[in-house]
Amino acid sequence: MTKKSSTASADDTPRSQAKLSDIPANGVVSTTTDLLSSQVEIAFDVPALPAETLAEMYRQALLIRQVEEFLLKAAEEGKIGGAMHTAIGHEANAVGAAAALNPDDYLTCTYRGHHHGLAHGMDVGRAIAEVLGRADGFAGGKGGSMHFVAPEHGMMGSNGIVGAQVPHAAGLALASQIRDEGRVAITFFGDGAIFQGVMHETFNMASKWKLPVIFYCENNRYSEMTPTWRTSSVGEFYQFARAYGMESVQIDGNDAEVVHAAVTQAAERARAGEGPTFIEGITYRLAGHMAGDLETYRSAEEIEEQRSHDPVLVLRNRLLERGSSEEEIAKIDAAVEKSVAEAIAFAEASPWPDPAMAYTDVYRT
Amino acid sequence: MSSPNPTISHSVAAPGVRQLTFGQAINEAIAEEMRRDPLIFVVGEDVAEAGTPFKVLLGLVDEFGPERIIDSPISEAGIAGIGVGAAMTGMRPIVDIMFGDFTTLVMDQMVNQAAKIHYMSGGKLKVPMVLRTTMGASRRSAAQHSQSLHAWLSHVPGLKVAIPATPYDAKGLMKAAIRDENPVVIYEDKLSYPIKGPVPEEDYIIPLGVAEVKRTGEDITLVATSSMVYVALSAAEKLAEIGISAEVVDPRTTAPLDAETLIASAKKTSRVIVIDEGYQEYGVTGEMASVIADGAFYWLDAPVKRMGAMHVPIPFSPALEDRTIPTAEQVVEMAKMLCGRN
Repeated sequence: MTKKSSTASADDTPRSQAKLSDIPANGVVSTTTDLLSSQVEIAFDVPALPAETLAEMYRQALLIRQVEEFLLKAAEEGKIGGAMHTAIGHEANAVGAAAALNPDDYLTCTYRGHHHGLAHGMDVGRAIAEVLGRADGFAGGKGGSMHFVAPEHGMMGSNGIVGAQVPHAAGLALASQIRDEGRVAITFFGDGAIFQGVMHETFNMASKWKLPVIFYCENNRYSEMTPTWRTSSVGEFYQFARAYGMESVQIDGNDAEVVHAAVTQAAERARAGEGPTFIEGITYRLAGHMAGDLETYRSAEEIEEQRSHDPVLVLRNRLLERGSSEEEIAKIDAAVEKSVAEAIAFAEASPWPDPAMAYTDVYRT
Repeated sequence: MSSPNPTISHSVAAPGVRQLTFGQAINEAIAEEMRRDPLIFVVGEDVAEAGTPFKVLLGLVDEFGPERIIDSPISEAGIAGIGVGAAMTGMRPIVDIMFGDFTTLVMDQMVNQAAKIHYMSGGKLKVPMVLRTTMGASRRSAAQHSQSLHAWLSHVPGLKVAIPATPYDAKGLMKAAIRDENPVVIYEDKLSYPIKGPVPEEDYIIPLGVAEVKRTGEDITLVATSSMVYVALSAAEKLAEIGISAEVVDPRTTAPLDAETLIASAKKTSRVIVIDEGYQEYGVTGEMASVIADGAFYWLDAPVKRMGAMHVPIPFSPALEDRTIPTAEQVVEMAKMLCGRN
């Protein structure tokens, strides 16, 4: 019922018809032992999305990519202080998930979270302004790159502490459950977060209490700047979740259509009261851990090899396969370029915050 | 504590006012607030049928059910984080951390998360959460169940910290904490739970950041927190016998700190001892002494003195443990010295 598909190809051969919930407890997914391999098993039904949904996901992924490339350049030119982490290469995880969820669902994520904020509808100009520390940033420059937040879009915070946002999502889900709101919470974390104790505390409670939460691991195979295989006693992270009685699946996180399918099924389960799902999206960070990362821990060849499965490229090729023309895609490209340029101009024109603002918002009055 | 329940000249200690224990006052505060506001829930270890090891929450699960009085696994960081997440939606979780010593396990969620979310989001998110926990030695519980670590969280902007001494204060501060829009930590002294005091039936709150003069005096101010209020009151009785009139001021919250009331008392008496059950080094007493010295410098006749827990892990044996916490006798000796009566 399952099939191995190389993530390096965007073939359109029929995929497995197995449901996420049909995955046997002993696991049918990747047999990958080399975490750098891009062999990923697709183990559930992946319906073809409508052309407009695919086009919108492509538009968002491209927009995120261009914003991140601008920010990376700005940081490397010294215009952004601190550690600024881009999600270049992770885009499909964000746009696929966002498209699968309702506007009032909740989200928390790591400090590598620009892509999630933008995919969930944050204003691009105000997001860039925040990363530049300007007054028009969504938090007036108080949060910055690592603390994206937009409660109006369900975006309840990216987090500077590895793993800390995961219990928050369980709390958001608990609130939804207590109030019987039918809202789902999704939380994104990296493979590097897996070994934080609070993660396992949360997995246990979420599963025991059947909280409507989705645990989404963006496995880019590096714990910050250390290959995760070097510090992990376990090769396949989705297997962790099964110890807690949770449904789990390993997917190609660079294919937005696959991500969309997995998150859709997980959200359905959550809304039906069936509890949490753990999704491991295999992905790859095409830029450094943070701006200025010398990347001495991996080879240029490895990165080049992964570029062939760039999630933006995957989406673009998917559009072409499904009948979109180069002209139609070029139109999207032009529109994205224009809107990103406008957002950058807005952010760069924004003033520095009034120094007196440092003292406000410490307490809610 | 040498004298568990001396008379308190309390503002509500009128004849005929109902007497409750400190533990009952906490229970009643939570129950009344939960009846008023369906968004409040309690989550923690042994909180449901067990009613906590100190039996403070006994009966709440019968009235509110296991959906609102939630027994958690032994996962302090996890439940604190779940509390933070739920609070972001406007729920009002009360996270129960059995011993104050275990707040070490929730430091990230309190210090980096709860305290900062409102600020980092530019005011877009709030965390109206209560973390209730305990403090205090003298239960023969040894070094990991006896500490008074309230200085740690008092240090962090974005958090409020209450340390009630009396049943009246416990109820009023708990209600204020639950209604507050910010994360509030309440430290309850374990030996205070059976102490009785007047608690009126009608609804009231004690605003966070308002000290109370527990006893008026002229010659020396004893600023005392939590269990040390009783030590100070006992010392004041003894001092009165030798003609020294001591004023006892209870800050009731360390964050925000009612500096004004502390400074006013210091100006009136010209001598101050700050007494707190936390470690003296880098502790609450240091901050309060500094605030008083800055604000009342020209009125002071002696340096502001501090008395806190001895700088050792709290030992198990009664013969050892009792030496580590300030006593009324020690306070009397220090007061006599400051007043030139040695």
